[in-house]
Amino acid sequence: MGVGSWLEERVRWRAADAFLRHKDVPAARHAYVYYFGGITLFLFLVQVFTGLLLLMYYRPTADAAYESVRFIMARVQFGWLIRSVHSWAANLMVFWVFAHMFGAFFVRAYRRPRELTWVSGAMLLFLTLAFGFTGYLLPWNTLAYFATKVGTEIVGAVPFVGRALLVLLRGGEDVTEATLSRFFGIHVAILPALTTVLLGLHLFLVQLHGMSRPDARGAGRSMAFVPAFVLREATVWVLVTAVLASLAVLLPWPVGEKADPLASAPAGIRPEWYFVFMFHTLKLIPSHVLGLEGEQLGVVGFMLAAVLVVAVPFLVREEQPGRATRVAAALGVVALIFIAVMTILDYMGP
Amino acid sequence: MKHSGRLVVVPLVVAGVWLLAVQTAWGAPVLTPRAATPRPVPAPPSDTCVNCHRALGGRLAEPALKIADDIHVRRGFTCAACHGGDPTAAGMESMDPARGFVGRPKAADLPALCGKCHSSPEIMRRFNPRTPTDQAARFLTSVHGQRLRAGDTKVATCTSCHGVHPILAVSDSRSPVFPGNVPATCARCHADAAYMRPYGVPTGQYAEYQASVHGDALLKRGNRQAPACNDCHGNHGAVPPGVASVANVCAQCHASQRDLFARSPHRAAFQKASLTQCTACHDDHGIRRPTDDMVGATGRAICAQCHTAESQGGQAAATMRQSLEALKGSIRTAESVVATAENLGIDMIEAKLPLSDARTQLTLARNLVHSLSLREVQTAVTVGAGLSRKAEDFGHAGLAEIEYRRRGLGVTLAILAVLLIGLILKVRAVPETAEGG
Repeated sequence: MGVGSWLEERVRWRAADAFLRHKDVPAARHAYVYYFGGITLFLFLVQVFTGLLLLMYYRPTADAAYESVRFIMARVQFGWLIRSVHSWAANLMVFWVFAHMFGAFFVRAYRRPRELTWVSGAMLLFLTLAFGFTGYLLPWNTLAYFATKVGTEIVGAVPFVGRALLVLLRGGEDVTEATLSRFFGIHVAILPALTTVLLGLHLFLVQLHGMSRPDARGAGRSMAFVPAFVLREATVWVLVTAVLASLAVLLPWPVGEKADPLASAPAGIRPEWYFVFMFHTLKLIPSHVLGLEGEQLGVVGFMLAAVLVVAVPFLVREEQPGRATRVAAALGVVALIFIAVMTILDYMGP
Repeated sequence: MKHSGRLVVVPLVVAGVWLLAVQTAWGAPVLTPRAATPRPVPAPPSDTCVNCHRALGGRLAEPALKIADDIHVRRGFTCAACHGGDPTAAGMESMDPARGFVGRPKAADLPALCGKCHSSPEIMRRFNPRTPTDQAARFLTSVHGQRLRAGDTKVATCTSCHGVHPILAVSDSRSPVFPGNVPATCARCHADAAYMRPYGVPTGQYAEYQASVHGDALLKRGNRQAPACNDCHGNHGAVPPGVASVANVCAQCHASQRDLFARSPHRAAFQKASLTQCTACHDDHGIRRPTDDMVGATGRAICAQCHTAESQGGQAAATMRQSLEALKGSIRTAESVVATAENLGIDMIEAKLPLSDARTQLTLARNLVHSLSLREVQTAVTVGAGLSRKAEDFGHAGLAEIEYRRRGLGVTLAILAVLLIGLILKVRAVPETAEGG
């Protein structure tokens, strides 16, 4: 009995092989959008691999976290490469998650029966942001410390449960070692577990329903998943690898100065670039609006926006592009411009 | 009907949630009852001095209006503590000499007047036990005090420096004797050429001090560790330091330099030449930040004022200068290499310690110049040069690592490029699309 037959008897792999051979993907006008999800998946895999390696040396205590990151960067063989790739891939992943979401949004990939694919994707976006937020604190440097302080203060502005959420996140009233070990636990255990489940569901649904066609009326042109699409996706992955390697070598991620909780916050402190639009919006809102605190109003606004993002497939249910689709597309463009303008304004400020 | 019911209920529910949110968690007290109007502050105890002088207006009202901030008033004293009289009596009776009224105290009487309390340990213990009680006695030993006793009422007395109406605590930044304000306070008289003319005292000290390293630290950078006039001259017992005592004054902060100087051949030579120890080279009020240019036998070097370039002293000074310059150059090179490696992303923590130690050795060598011992200066320079070479080696190792990483990246990119070309060729070879899907 050959190896193939031996495995077939036990894991029925020929069924998967037949599925992949018959699987095809749309070859539409905006076909490049179909690669965004794959890039995000690739970067996630890079994060898992490099994250596991960093775990070998990283120590999540206020006394040792910064020193262990410095040790990884200076002493561990190729530690600098692994950490720089992890940091750069994290940022690229956030970028591509957003690109994937906006791409799927504008080609209306959320239409029936792919509502749950969209919802799981939106959840994965939030999980990615949570990965970024919790991972940023782990090197325990000055910027990370104060950015986390500001970030968790914003969480504290959530109406009714903000205070409890803040204490829960920080593990106390202030950002301390308790926060560090909490963020570490969330970053390396809770978020990966949730992501694995949701990513599994997301990929399963993508396989189940296939990739969405921008025009629902006709079948249009198609491309064989294996080998045509896989080869193209592999080409993109190789390109991303080259970009990642170049960034890691030419612009290694800095370690910064060790966090000093007793020092005053450095000037111009701001969160990671993907949170900056929210941060700047909250700065622009007046301190009191209609008897409510401005910051709370802003936080509620962003929470509503997150709910709206999740609910897109249930709010825009047209099979063919109609009024609701046009309104949604216009809102999408406004959201993109808003994010870009707020981010630029903040970086142009002091 | 059903619809109209909803129309009523929905706004009510929204309004209810809104009110709840506003009233409870969101905390803005817009709907809470207005806070009661604050109760009027009780009027101060009746003090006819203050009450009448406030009402008089103009120059006579000024003391009464400003007195509230006075340290003495804050501790419960009234105008009568200095001026006598009876603040409980109404009208002119309060100013009756029979009730102890003395009016405006004469300048000559001020030390005794202030000393009534400030020279009394019993009284001062009750109000501020940390304040010395010998200030009035020491004032009388000062040049100011001696002239005052001789009948010169133009000299500074207590209120000339501490102010009056209000007299503020020394720790109050508005006080004329707050450390940062002392130079300007002294300068009110000592920078006034007309005022100082009868005494034959120069008046350029304040301008010199402002431009000095001490003035820069205290007046511009707010460093209260830096000396003001009184830190060198004393305050209540102010006297100009004599030739022999200057080094002791400077040594209050610069003890190491004084010790090195004391065991140097300069000490005896300066005494013989009646040169003041520190100020002969560093100046007095206009002390500038010392530079290495001060050492050497040529150009702007201070040594050249007494030593010729060919003399033994001149040659030693020139060698010291060369040694210092060599160490500075060595440190600059190491700093440059380390900074380059650091900017390229290499952790240079291991280079920082020897580099910092090398800078310390440079400071030590500069300080040892006061000993005039060429051997001691060169020892420090040699140690410093070794440390800076060590730091530089770390920097070069970092740069080599950068080179290694870049070569590695080049190889990786080449492999990826080959892979990419292969993939692109394969993509072109495979049919892209199929109609129908």
